[in-house]
Amino acid sequence: MFKDITLGQYYPADSVLHKLDPRVKLFGTLIYIICLFSFKGPIGIAIILGFLAAVIILSKVPFKFMVKGLRGIVFLVIFAGLINLFMTNGDIIWEWKKLHITRQGLDNCILMTTRMVLLIVGSSVMTLTTTPNSLTDGLEKSMKPLNKIKIPVHDISMMMSIALRFIPILTEETEKIQKAQMARGAEFDGKNIIKKVKAMIPLLVPLFVSAFRRANDLALAMEARCYNGGEGRTKMHPLRYVKSDVVAYVILWIFLALVIAARILWVKVLA
Amino acid sequence: MPIIFDHVTYTYAPETAYKKVALNDVSFEVKEGEFLAVVGHTGSGKSTMVQHMNGLEKATEGHVYFHGQDIYDKDFDMKELRTRVGMVFQYPEHQLFETTVLADVCFGPLNQGLEKKEATARAYEALLMTGMKEEQFLLSPFELSGGQKRRVAIAGVLAMKPEVIILDEPTAGLDPKGRDDILDMLKEMHEKTGNTVVLVSHSMEDVATYADRMIVMNKGQVFCQGTPKEVFAHADELSKIGLGAPSVSLLMDDLKASGMNVETGAITVEEAKDAILKMLNKNV
Ligand SMILES: Nc1ncnc2c1ncn2[C@@H]1O[C@H](COP(=O)(O)OP(=O)(O)O)[C@@H](O)[C@H]1O
Ligand SMILES: [Mg+2]
Repeated sequence: MFKDITLGQYYPADSVLHKLDPRVKLFGTLIYIICLFSFKGPIGIAIILGFLAAVIILSKVPFKFMVKGLRGIVFLVIFAGLINLFMTNGDIIWEWKKLHITRQGLDNCILMTTRMVLLIVGSSVMTLTTTPNSLTDGLEKSMKPLNKIKIPVHDISMMMSIALRFIPILTEETEKIQKAQMARGAEFDGKNIIKKVKAMIPLLVPLFVSAFRRANDLALAMEARCYNGGEGRTKMHPLRYVKSDVVAYVILWIFLALVIAARILWVKVLA
Repeated sequence: MPIIFDHVTYTYAPETAYKKVALNDVSFEVKEGEFLAVVGHTGSGKSTMVQHMNGLEKATEGHVYFHGQDIYDKDFDMKELRTRVGMVFQYPEHQLFETTVLADVCFGPLNQGLEKKEATARAYEALLMTGMKEEQFLLSPFELSGGQKRRVAIAGVLAMKPEVIILDEPTAGLDPKGRDDILDMLKEMHEKTGNTVVLVSHSMEDVATYADRMIVMNKGQVFCQGTPKEVFAHADELSKIGLGAPSVSLLMDDLKASGMNVETGAITVEEAKDAILKMLNKNV
């Protein structure tokens, strides 16, 4: 169970996408999102769908993992869709008592739900093919320029990496302590809410103690190895662009150009 | 037979990419009143196995019986099982949480539904048994030394008066004195109360000194079982799976090989001493 969290949704596979530099994937996701929201017509959606399909096939991740992320937001999508459907004013095409559907509402509803679904599936592709650690690395490197305006990019990313590393450790610890207290007759599945909260004390106190102990140990170990922030620090696995990353960038730019062209044409068609 | 394992298989994280078979078709029994040791390499499945004994893990396949009852039956009382089969985890001091030592030890008995008075009496008894001093009872458990915390945690389980007590590497990370103290205390308690004790251990010396019977685990399976004497007689097979006989038995083998006429087969220092003295007396 705890492994799920460490790896995020990461799905190990041997694909071109898995090997890409995380910065390329971050950039790609950004472009994808921009395109998704700057577009309205069917041609744009078709191009985006084509792009998404190609990327999914390249990733070698089974399709069912892609749509897994949708499960959590199914209600949100339906809710937003319905609001758009019934609450938009315009030319009425269907009416029943106080409820009415307008043509604009229908358009909005379709556009909105498609966008949300494509957004989730698209960003899943990134998280499924990139480990959280390499994502953090990629973010750190891409955000480097923010150092100039005094944002401690390295420190933030170090905190993120440590947090990620600690999640499985603490989850494992929780499981262990829970079992140990259960062996002493503690019950964690009581129905009474007050009892339930009380039952958490034997779990939370040792957990906090252990978290502080570990944080202390880690700080000491980092200091013993002369850690003093990001200044002049090198990476064990530095991010370096290789040929395939350059190719990916080129493809992404072409894709962006295509979408912009399609958008301009679409406006002309309408006019 | 208090506990019987019948073809137990256990898989961690089944149906994922990280699936791990930790126990593979394990069958054995724990006998009434014995001091049983479980040994094996790190990762051989010892902890997973003992956690099945009080139902903290549920076998993926197979059955576990407690006094003839299948513990996975729907109407089986798990809570009662856990009070009758006590379990001391590895690094048990990490489970301490109360404001005083005494209150922490009372946690188990109170969960059993005992009155405050009765629980406190039990806690007193258990703490004294583990060698804690009365003036320490009202300290915060976090003020104690590592070895003392460990005793308090063990007392926390002993106070529940379980008929079977399981200890998962109770001496890990302790100094030799602390280790001997805890094991001696266990042995003494075992002899006094006649409880069944299951001791998971790394140390062949400890097993040879304290256990009546031992089970050797390897890669999630029972490799062999028997009295320490029987098991250590097959030292060469044990060494194949990365375990060894106690150093004294190896020493006796070496003495024999170098031409001295000693009896081999000693597994404790005492026995080795006797064997060597016997040889010396004969030669005089
Ligand atoms: N919570 C867990 N999730 C996944 N695998 C586990 C978990 N706990 C133990 N394992 C695996 O099960 C195997 C047996 O572990 P364990 O019973 O702890 O062995 P031992 O106590 O003999 O060192 C090991 O390979 C270990 O990696
Ligand atoms: Mg273990």
